[in-house]
Amino acid sequence: MTRDTVFTEIARLLERFRAGDKAISFDTVIAEDLTMDSLQVMDLMMELEDRFDVSIPLNLVPEIATVGQLADTIYASKVGA
Amino acid sequence: MGLFDRFKTIREVHGAVTACGADPFGVKMEKIVSSTEAMVEGRKTILCGSNNYLGLTFDADCIAAAQDALKEFGTGTTGSRIANGSYSCHKALEADLADFYGKKHCMVFTTGYQANLGAISTLVGPGDFLIIDADSHASIYDAARLGHATVIRFRHNDPADLDKRLARLANEPGNKLVVVEGIYSMLGDHAPLKEFVEVKKKHGAYLLVDEAHSMGVMGKTGRGLLEQEGVDADVDFITGTFSKSMGAIGGFLISDHPEFEILRVSCRPYMFTASMPPSIVASVRASLAHLRKHPELMTKLWRNVDTLYHGLEAAGFRLGRQKGPVVAIHINDPALAARAWHGLLQNGVYVNLALPPATPSGTALLRCSVCAAHSTEQLRRVIDVVTKVGLELGLIADQSARIAAAE
Repeated sequence: MTRDTVFTEIARLLERFRAGDKAISFDTVIAEDLTMDSLQVMDLMMELEDRFDVSIPLNLVPEIATVGQLADTIYASKVGA
Repeated sequence: MGLFDRFKTIREVHGAVTACGADPFGVKMEKIVSSTEAMVEGRKTILCGSNNYLGLTFDADCIAAAQDALKEFGTGTTGSRIANGSYSCHKALEADLADFYGKKHCMVFTTGYQANLGAISTLVGPGDFLIIDADSHASIYDAARLGHATVIRFRHNDPADLDKRLARLANEPGNKLVVVEGIYSMLGDHAPLKEFVEVKKKHGAYLLVDEAHSMGVMGKTGRGLLEQEGVDADVDFITGTFSKSMGAIGGFLISDHPEFEILRVSCRPYMFTASMPPSIVASVRASLAHLRKHPELMTKLWRNVDTLYHGLEAAGFRLGRQKGPVVAIHINDPALAARAWHGLLQNGVYVNLALPPATPSGTALLRCSVCAAHSTEQLRRVIDVVTKVGLELGLIADQSARIAAAE
């Protein structure tokens, strides 16, 4: 698994929250560019934990602003594990 | 950017809700008539959203005990337990509660919120793991932010999901504390505690159960869900509040852990706030004594739960899945829920309006809570009014039309 395959899978899961025609990129800001509230972001994290079989602590969530950062966080815990 | 600019979204949502004609989060109770009635906008109103499960707020013994303590010890302690000392009544209440739960240790907090905040933020620290139900109360989420443990959420009331998440932490050396609630305050459902106990044992985790809404409500003697499920011995920590069935304010933490007492000099929400006023302590001791002497109050409460739950169910409302003293009516549209809430108030019935994000899964709720002191007539009146308003707003279909359609 590479950083890019992690990103591709996250982008697929985020498709339902996409606003308008703009494609999801590494720079997409989760809280601003997508139609998600803070609860949906927390629930997405649980979904990603299961998809990648990793733990994403709630403490890290405020530090994850972009989809790229989210992919990096998951990739790092995947490689670390 | 102005200081209050970031509240723009909240201001908009609040504005949309108050468009129903009143502010559901700013109701003025002009006079409290009894444990089940108040004057609101000049009208006598049935209180069906006060969490006053046993109706002890006007109990003569509780009031007398509070008055005596007020005269003997004064209006307040003016400081914390570590600075101004523990009054004999604080120690006596802690002994009463430890005895009630059959555990060795108890510490009381000034509010139930602080009990969770203090216990959960202090029991686990750096390198440890705090594992919380996704639908946890705000006090548990705030404890997670105050403390230094790594926080993991699991799917609401799902022991298999907890098992999976604890399994991912199997190689982590830190302590693990799992937190669940006896009765969840919004939908009134309760934790599958036996299954959670099995999971926590399997992974060597600690289990804390918040019995805020279940103490004095569930279990043969009122200890809560852990008593009903017969898992008293397997629960490591219990928190709860005196502001619901006990009819006052304050909170507690209980455990058998041999090193418990160190928390008194390490738990900040216990150490750095003024302790419970003696009059409140006295009324809580009287409430607890009353519950222990009259557990039949809970029988009365559950009979009332049957009346309200089945009455609203028969009228066609979609209710919380598990029957209990919190009866939540699902209404998908928050604006419609606010109008329904206001309609009830105008007809002399007070319930809580609960909106996302305080509610699970983005639903709006008319949250009713049942009191042992409600009369059957009061509950029938509540059912009639809710049904009338529900029909007017199209929340339920006309029963005669439904019967005709069935034929």
